[in-house]
Amino acid sequence: MLKTVLAPRFAVPLVLAVLVVGLSFALPSNFYLRVAALVWISALAVIGLNLLMGYAGQVSLGHAGFFGIGAYAVAVLPAQFSLHPLLAALAGALAAGLLAYVVGRPILRLKGHYLAVATLGFGMLIAMTISNEAWLTGGPDGMPVERLTLLGWRVRGADTWYWITGGLLVIGAWIAGNLVASPTGRALRALHDSEVAARVAGIDVARAKLTVFVISAVYAAVAGAALALVNGFVTPDKANFMHSIELVTMVVLGGMGSILGSVAGAAILVVLPQVLTSFHDYEHMVLGLIMMVIMIVLRSGIVPGLASLLTGRRK
Amino acid sequence: MRSTDPLLEVSGLRSAYGRIEALHGVSLQVDAGEIVALVGGNGAGKTTLLRTISGVQPMSGGGLSFAGRDISRASPHARVAAGIAQVPEGRQIFAPLAIEDNLRLGAYLRKDAEIAADLARVYDLFPVLKERRKNPAGGLSGGQQQMLAIGRALMSRPKLLLLDEPSMGLAPVLVDQVFEIITRLNREDGVTVFLVEQNAFAALSIATRGYVIETGEIAMEGKGSDLLADDRVREAYLGV
Ligand SMILES: Nc1ncnc2c1ncn2[C@@H]1O[C@H](COP(=O)(O)OP(=O)(O)OP(=O)(O)O)[C@@H](O)[C@H]1O
Ligand SMILES: [Mg+2]
Repeated sequence: MLKTVLAPRFAVPLVLAVLVVGLSFALPSNFYLRVAALVWISALAVIGLNLLMGYAGQVSLGHAGFFGIGAYAVAVLPAQFSLHPLLAALAGALAAGLLAYVVGRPILRLKGHYLAVATLGFGMLIAMTISNEAWLTGGPDGMPVERLTLLGWRVRGADTWYWITGGLLVIGAWIAGNLVASPTGRALRALHDSEVAARVAGIDVARAKLTVFVISAVYAAVAGAALALVNGFVTPDKANFMHSIELVTMVVLGGMGSILGSVAGAAILVVLPQVLTSFHDYEHMVLGLIMMVIMIVLRSGIVPGLASLLTGRRK
Repeated sequence: MRSTDPLLEVSGLRSAYGRIEALHGVSLQVDAGEIVALVGGNGAGKTTLLRTISGVQPMSGGGLSFAGRDISRASPHARVAAGIAQVPEGRQIFAPLAIEDNLRLGAYLRKDAEIAADLARVYDLFPVLKERRKNPAGGLSGGQQQMLAIGRALMSRPKLLLLDEPSMGLAPVLVDQVFEIITRLNREDGVTVFLVEQNAFAALSIATRGYVIETGEIAMEGKGSDLLADDRVREAYLGV
């Protein structure tokens, strides 16, 4: 019994659930709850991207594109077709998954830098479409998002969104943990290590890569939809290149192949800029410096790096 | 399938790296129950041939059939499902994964209830893998990695086991051990074996039949014992 609970796929969502509940008591004001909700949302997208990068070893520099699709789905569909925001979020997730399926087939044949550039181009294409189709999306200025109502109850307030996004994160971590522990997860780690050996073991490498690409796109779209609903407003910058880079940085900083690391990476990059505002003009320099030091000291990212430091000391 | 059909039939097989052809029409066959050895020097095309049979290397001409079925267009995973398992050159174990995860990946396409029994059989053949089954495979020695690679291939329950230089980089005593296991698998489990080796002596000693490959073409064929006794083979590959 204890052993089952301690298995990572149960332990990780449990730790996150405890964290979400615990922080809700510790955080002193709505401002902090709001920042925490932003962390949970980013972490959700980062977990998905980490499945692709950390487990399957495939890079994507275009994931903000999927994030943008989710965000704009909950902005545009209710406004244009009076679709319920939840249905719109679902449609956004489906659209992102479908698009990932279609572009993933040709793109995922590429490797390394070539894959990076192809996904980069794909992400830019989505960002530009969103910016250019101003009649639908409001263009560079963005557009408002209809408030979410559930059974006549208007969802509002930082604390409410804190719980909803925290819940989404725990569920996302639980699904990801199960995927990683499944034969598909093993296949992903195998093809990361050696594609040829994975092929002769009977793994359909192209299909396994496509599966995880689609899953990671859905994670990004759900996170995008959540952010749009929380903010009540969308702007195209959440679909652009800089946001893609930010997501990749969160994955690497937190730790490739670590679900808790995804949360840590997201927390650092969301929280630190808020903390560092007191440095005014030097804010970005200090942030950059901290990131460099983290990577130099904890080479494999925050969570795996700390874990090996701790176990290394114990030995 | 007629009982006279060979298990594996390779006919006029060609394969190229870009514009450079590495196999210039190779024909050979492996019957069910045999151990067939293919020997040849550096760069003769042994690895290319095995990779083409398992499907990870494209073929540019000729035919390939397995158990009476044309597999020349089948994907690598379909060939595994049909019963072909390759132990790749240089082992290619999944180093960061646990030993047992490596073995389970060998059974990736299987859904049957006998996976656990086959795992027990592999541990029975290679007890050292069982002792360390939770450890990352990268920590194993070269010989142990070779055993893991063979064990992983066995987990797919192959009809035909393709082995690419299982003796590479192993101490002589380990080479003997590995070849003894291969013989056992053939006798006790009825696995047909197609073995590629530079170590011609070890390979031909356990083989029912053998082929000699030189620069992408079959140069000789015959019974294992006949090839071992052949003057040309002795001179070129046995250093006598
Ligand atoms: N990836 C590659 N790209 C280009 N040429 C290759 C490649 N791999 C092999 N070759 C060429 O194909 C020919 C056959 O190589 P192959 O690896 O099949 O030989 P081999 O018999 O397995 O040799 P060895 O005993 O050294 O493993 C060689 O001339 C080699 O240079
Ligand atoms: Mg070779």
